[in-house]
Formats: sequence, structure tokens, C-alpha cells
Amino acid sequence: MNIIVCIKRVPETTDADIFIDKSGKDIDKSGLVFDLNEWDSYAIEEAILLKEKLGGTVTVLSMGGEDTNESIRKCLAMGADDAQRLTDPAFEGSDGFVTAKVLAEAIRKLPYDLILTGTQAEDDGFGQVGVTLAELLGIPHASLVNRIDVQDKKLKVHRELEGGLEEVLEIDLPAVLTIQTGINEPRYVSIMGIRKVAKKEIKALKTSDLNLKPEEVGAAGSDLRLERVFLPPVGEGAEMLEGKPEEVALKVFDILKDKGGLT
Amino acid sequence: MKEIIVIAEHRRGELRDVTWEMLSKGRQLAESMGAELGVALLGKGVNPLAEALKPKAKRVLLIEDPRLEAFNAETYKKVLTQLITERKPALTLIGHSAMGMDFAPRLAAHLKMPLATDCIGIEAKGETFALTRQIYGGKVNAEVSFLKKGPYMVTVRPGAFPVIEKDPLTGEIVSLPSPLTDEGLARRFLEYVEAAAGEVDITQADILVSVGRGIKEAENIPVVKELADALGGALACSRPVVDKKWLPKGCQVGTSGKTVKPKVYIAVGISGAFQHVAGMKGAGTTIAINKDPKAPIFSVAQYGIVGDLFKIVPVIKDKIKELKK
Repeated sequence: MNIIVCIKRVPETTDADIFIDKSGKDIDKSGLVFDLNEWDSYAIEEAILLKEKLGGTVTVLSMGGEDTNESIRKCLAMGADDAQRLTDPAFEGSDGFVTAKVLAEAIRKLPYDLILTGTQAEDDGFGQVGVTLAELLGIPHASLVNRIDVQDKKLKVHRELEGGLEEVLEIDLPAVLTIQTGINEPRYVSIMGIRKVAKKEIKALKTSDLNLKPEEVGAAGSDLRLERVFLPPVGEGAEMLEGKPEEVALKVFDILKDKGGLT
Repeated sequence: MKEIIVIAEHRRGELRDVTWEMLSKGRQLAESMGAELGVALLGKGVNPLAEALKPKAKRVLLIEDPRLEAFNAETYKKVLTQLITERKPALTLIGHSAMGMDFAPRLAAHLKMPLATDCIGIEAKGETFALTRQIYGGKVNAEVSFLKKGPYMVTVRPGAFPVIEKDPLTGEIVSLPSPLTDEGLARRFLEYVEAAAGEVDITQADILVSVGRGIKEAENIPVVKELADALGGALACSRPVVDKKWLPKGCQVGTSGKTVKPKVYIAVGISGAFQHVAGMKGAGTTIAINKDPKAPIFSVAQYGIVGDLFKIVPVIKDKIKELKK
């Protein structure tokens, strides 16, 4: 089975202090660590698991600048065979729709049975690229997938719904699946592993290589424009319990006694 | 007259909360724009749901077809393509849920409609709309505008808009023909399955001690479990802990897990992503312990402790054991 995985390199913001940059249109990324988007790490792992079981190839696609090679190499070290980076100054400002359009044009030139993406990206969180990609390629899709069983020319997949419920579907190949976190346990990649793939060629494709016009991509081709960003207003907020751990513990005990938290 | 259409979301015979939230927001927008509010309901044998929707909209656009018994992105695309092409609503509202995320992007691309996903704010601005979204996992809000002409599609974050009670509208049920045929589908619904239940039913516990990403390693889980035991409560967790297989799915609190309403909820090392908060905001009293003073959980909790959970939690556990005697 030939699998294409679309990935993104994103800043790690979960535990970071966030500041708005001077433009007012993005955060200050200077002090942030970047890594493979969490959802994508599950997508690439799932592709490699399928390849190990069924044979075939795994090709990684990503839209981004030079820096993106770092995340692409992580995927190669995990076991992907090939990679292409879609890069062009004209891509700047692309929204979710345009990102899908650029990926679709690159994918049209490749052989594939299955395309995997993460369900969403940690940074812009559109959650739309994979599903849009399926429409542009004219193939079926399933989103929020947390289990894949391969059958003859089709897949049986589980979609994660709300409240612990799952939906089981049958889907014909080729198809696009957007992968939910938790579907597998992404393998660890050592520095040695990354070094082994350091010389591997990552082909860079630009607008003209993809039969796209500059006015179709980037901000020019997008439906959405980001006007400004700001930190969300903070609510009333919690009453902070301060002091040494013993003092805090005593306060917690009093609250629990008062609120029915002691049985 | 201009129209706003809400796509009703329902599963297993029940309308989902996001439908009422969209109708409430949709009505406010319709009033501000001088537009009419419609709600599209697709399904099989969903007349009772249509009746329930009547007071919330000017009209209920009902498409009944046995092939619409369970949600399928493919059938929804066909039916809604016809509906939107014919009615040209200024705005179509869809939930940013497991259902909406699965069909809205495809439908928008098919109809070449500008789409903004996962919005927490929508305001009418002349012929277009100003939107607010959250980026970077909810740490930053972004104001977004449409660059192209409508009609527009917006997916709405569940829980983002309150349901405001207003005078009932005189909704009229308009039955529309289904464009579906027996033509085969490339994607076929088989069944629903429930995630395996945990040993303890966390929805029944009065006291929940819940653990998140901050616990760092599976080996550290007992630090929090011992506090739950000392309190006679149950152990719960947030999504990352389940994704890493440190605790079973049955322990998960949040949108994709369980909704809980304990008397006391102690959130340990949980930042408070909106998906988690959606599952625990009904708790009586929430105490949050987190090393990041800016963690969103502190806006939800009544009491907060900023610090290293590994230093604080064992001391609380010992104190409770000592004083309970």
C-alpha cells in the first residue's frame, strides 16, 4: 500500500508563555521550540505501521520553509521512505483551503492508495485540510479516525465521536483519513536515527512545479484573512491558595470539609 | 429575504446541544441583519425533532429519507448542496463537532463557499461577517475576516454560544424532496460502538481527582491515585493521559470522554483546554493545581494552587489522612 502523509511543523505552545508580536497578527515565536504537530505524529506512525504490515511506501508531504525539513527528517527517521516539501514565498498567508489545494496538486503527481493527515494542527486549528483535500481529489474521506483495519480494497475505520462513542465505517480506497491522537503510540526517534537520514534528499516544489498560479495561493488565494490576535480575556479566576505546602494542604482540607469533599 | 440556515445536529434520536446554541446565535444574527432563520433537519423519522425545532426558527427545512438514518458525510454533501444552491442563504451555520468537522470542509470546497471553522464569535458586518477563532490550543484569540463574497459557511465551537431563551418563533415545517438515489456510496456507515467502560464509573463519583499532562510519566500516576484514595474519591484524567495509554478511556473527562458533575473536582496538572472544561464545568467545587499561573483551568476553578504537583499533592494527601482520623 502506498501511503502519503501530510504533516506540519508547529511551535510548542502548551507549556510556553505566549506573547503577541509587534505586528499584532501572530505570537512572538522567537523563544519557542518547534516540533512535528502532535496529530501528525500519530498519522505518520499509523502509516509506518501499515507499511510494516502490508509493504509499500510512505511519502511525507509538508508545506513550509527550510525549517520544516527538521520535522520531515523526524518522519524519515521513523520509517518514511520519501519526502517532498512544498515551498514558495507565494504560499505565505495560505488558509486551510489553500493549504489543501497546494497539497492536492502535489499529490496528483504521486501514486497513492491512502492519504493520512492529522485531524488538526496545534497552531491554527482549522481542522479542515484533510477533508478539503479529499474533495479536491474526488475521493472519499473519514475524519477523527482512531482505528484502521485494512480489508481488500477498502478499510474499516472507527471515527471518534463525542461522549466516548465511536462510529464504524467502511470506506473504499483510495481515501483520505484524518487521524485522531491516541490511535497508536508514536515511536521514539533517537538523535542517531535523525542523523542517519540527514543526507536523504527532500525534494522542494514551488508554485510553478504544481501547476498553480501565484494568485491562487497564499493570502491572494485564501478565503480568510487574519486581522489581529490577542490574548483571551481571563475570567473571574480562582481564589489562589498560597503558602507552604503544609499550609496549602490545611486550606484544601477546610475547603473539602465545607464542600462535601470528605466522606 | 436574506436567510441564515442552521444545520441541525442529531444522533440516535436526540438533537445535540450545539444545535440549540447555533439557533440562539443564529437568531441574534438574523435579527441584526433583518434576515430569516431557518434550520435544516436531515434524517429518517425525525418529525418529533422537527416539532421540537419549530419554536426556534422561522422554518424547519425537513429532508426525510431512509438513507439519512445515520449521518454520512457523502449523503449530507448531496442533500445540502441542493439545499444551499437553491436557497442561497447568506450564512450557513454548522457545529464544529465530530459531525460538522466531517462534512463542512468538503461541502464548502464543493460549493466554493468561503468557510471559517471552529468560531467562538460571529458578528454581521454589512454583507459579510467578522469572526473570532482560537489558535495555539486556545491560548490566543484571532479576529478573522472573509476575503471573498458569500454565501458563507461557519462552523461553531460547541459550548461557545449560550442558549438564550426568547419568545418562541412560529416555525413552519417545510418538507423538501431528497435528492438521494440508491447509487452506491464510497463510504458506508456500519454501526456505533461505545468505548469500553472503566472499572469505576466516574460519572457517579462525588469526588474526582483528575490528572493531566503535568504528571509527565505513567509511573507518577500513583501520586494522584493516592490522593483520590485518601479522599474516598475516584481517579479521572484529561485526554493526553488516555492518548498515552496511561489510563483507560473510561477515565477521560471531556468532549470525547465523559461529562461529570461531582461535588468536588481536583484538577492536577491539567491546563484546562476547552474540550476538557466542557466535561467538568458542572462540578460543584473545582480546585486546580498547576505550575503555570496562566493555565486556563484557573479561570474555571474556584480555588487554585500554583506550584509543583509532586511537592504539593503528597502533602495534601498526608494532611487529609491525618485530619480525617
